[in-house]
Amino acid sequence: MAEILIEGVSKVFADGTEAVHSVDLQIPDGKLMVLVGPSGCGKTTVLRMVAGLEDLTGGRIIIGGSVVNEVPPGERDVAMVFQNYALYPHMTVYQNMALSLKIRKLKKEEMNRRVEEAARVLHLEDLLAKRPRELSGGQRQRVAMGRAIVREPQAFLMDEPLSNLDAKLRVQMRAEILRIQQDLGVTTIYVTHDQTEAMTLGDLVAVMKKGVLQQVADPQELFTYPVNLFVAGFIGSPAMNIVEAKLTGTGEGMFVEFGGHRLAIPDEVFAERPALAAYRGRSVILGIRPEAMEDAGLVPSPASDTHFPIRVDLQESMGSDVYLHFTVNAPPVFTEDTKELAADVDEKVLEELQEQAKESRTTFIARTSPETRARPGGDLEIWVDTRKLYFFDPQSSESIYGEAEPAASGAAASVTSA
Amino acid sequence: MKTIEAPERTPAPPELEPVSNAGRYRRRRISHKVLMYGLLLGLCAFILLPVGWMLTAALKPDLEPVFTPTPEWFPTKFWEWSNFHRVLTESMPFLRYSINTTIIVVANIIGVLISCSLVGFAFARLRFRGSKVLFYILIVTMLIPWQALMVPQFLFFVKLGWYGTYLPLIVPSFTGTAFFIFLIRQYMRTIPKDLDDAARVDGLNSWQIFWRIILPLSTPVLTVCAVFTFLWNWNNLLGPLIYLDSDEKFTVAMGLANLVTVSDTPWNLTMAANLITILPCVIVYFFVQKKLIGGIASVGLKG
Repeated sequence: MAEILIEGVSKVFADGTEAVHSVDLQIPDGKLMVLVGPSGCGKTTVLRMVAGLEDLTGGRIIIGGSVVNEVPPGERDVAMVFQNYALYPHMTVYQNMALSLKIRKLKKEEMNRRVEEAARVLHLEDLLAKRPRELSGGQRQRVAMGRAIVREPQAFLMDEPLSNLDAKLRVQMRAEILRIQQDLGVTTIYVTHDQTEAMTLGDLVAVMKKGVLQQVADPQELFTYPVNLFVAGFIGSPAMNIVEAKLTGTGEGMFVEFGGHRLAIPDEVFAERPALAAYRGRSVILGIRPEAMEDAGLVPSPASDTHFPIRVDLQESMGSDVYLHFTVNAPPVFTEDTKELAADVDEKVLEELQEQAKESRTTFIARTSPETRARPGGDLEIWVDTRKLYFFDPQSSESIYGEAEPAASGAAASVTSA
Repeated sequence: MKTIEAPERTPAPPELEPVSNAGRYRRRRISHKVLMYGLLLGLCAFILLPVGWMLTAALKPDLEPVFTPTPEWFPTKFWEWSNFHRVLTESMPFLRYSINTTIIVVANIIGVLISCSLVGFAFARLRFRGSKVLFYILIVTMLIPWQALMVPQFLFFVKLGWYGTYLPLIVPSFTGTAFFIFLIRQYMRTIPKDLDDAARVDGLNSWQIFWRIILPLSTPVLTVCAVFTFLWNWNNLLGPLIYLDSDEKFTVAMGLANLVTVSDTPWNLTMAANLITILPCVIVYFFVQKKLIGGIASVGLKG
């Protein structure tokens, strides 16, 4: 068991691309940190550098108090779980798990004890004599985990270990990994591009974009206080609705206006975001989470300027709630962050965003109660929980908080939080 | 069959009509199979007929004419099995030749497997300075015809004092064969890189990765190399002809060549010797065919 420190770590590949730019991370002993971000953000490269599979261009990595920059992978006492499991095809499950122990010349009895123990924990007892190709995806995943567990290492490194499983199995294995990690109390770095996985697994979540660390925080803080537009858009499903807006207001109160709609900003928002007052009369980027909206008909006596009329384009019934898609006649935010977010979903989504920008309309998604009487094509008043509005600076894409907010001072300061 | 008869016994309602279709499709499938097997058997006979002729010739007594006006494809009249015994021991010591050839073949296979798998592994899995240039040089050496190297190589081996020994026929395989290195490299490149990474994290060094992971996974291509080495060396005539000078060191290919003379070729003995020579190739193929076909397919090699 050990703490992992990543200090100013950079990676420039031979072809000149900078995959990782001066990343600082501290993974406390026994905790699970999730590295999350769109593909190509450098998260896997960070993990491989911790494992020793990639050299560092700059910075240092400290595992359990000693700098391991020059230590070969096998001597770092870390175990890794690969995306495609990387099981040795010609070896049985037992041999796969025992190989690292054999190389370390462990006694036969100790080796058997460890493998059997891991097999018991992972319900692999009946499969020890089988070869990987005879196993199902879920079973292979378990063997890959078992290979890591028998090492009794200082740290687990997991590179998108669940991405090759189908949705149901993924949820099940996610719980399994969490249980094992907590039982063993092994420091773990977990790489994924799935924000749901990040939120449900991580004691801490580090969001990366294009090789740069954006924010490190516990999942709830990340959701509630994202440092910038990118984190806000990446965390949460369905994603936050983002639109260009304007702050208006006279002495009485302040409003945020977009696409012909007007929402009153309650005082508590200003209390939380003192810097917002300075944006009066200027444009901002407004973020509304789908969860912060509701069919106004289901809200007891909604206040004025907390709801606006919409026409439902599409209705998705999820059982426990309903997603309503509707269009707002305001230009979508078209910054580097939103482009990156759209491209991460699909190239098509990016094209769609560009098209919408031309026509100056933005698609919103609201997550409402299943009791809503909304129907596709129908008109509806949608209510917004205005206490949960998010504001971002249109130039920098940074969240607008103010001096007092702990998470407002940028990524670098929040690195050691929690 | 029952399904076809069913409508006769009980008048079937119109919905059951598809049942009779099933029988038609089955008949079509069977006739298709009969045709296929017929064609394949015909092809087999076509390929095997010359072998039958060889056997016929090999079983004839010394004075019986071998080349008859109508070819005799199968032995009918003569059963001189002693011809095989004569070829193996008496006039032509083919047993001796076979042992000699086996020594050369086995040594070559060992040499090829050791040297080419090591070099192939290095080219496929290790990153080192100049690996690309070295690999291109290797490819270029494949383009040099062996005939061009014959004389300089001969002079070289004579200087070393290896003339008249098996060394010139064995040692080169221990220094690697470009073609096999290329094959093995191509195959090893298809093994997922993640296995190396996993092995490194598990604590294996490059040598252990080669020995415990990559080599066991490369058996198909290694089988291909071994079988090709066997065939080439078993059939090689020119090499032994250049370097071997005494009768007790001769190989089967040389023995066969010596049997055929300008006049008075003992055709019955020649054919018996031929059959004996073919036998090991057939046996080897029989045992490794499954691996060999898989291996040839996986290295993208036909022939």
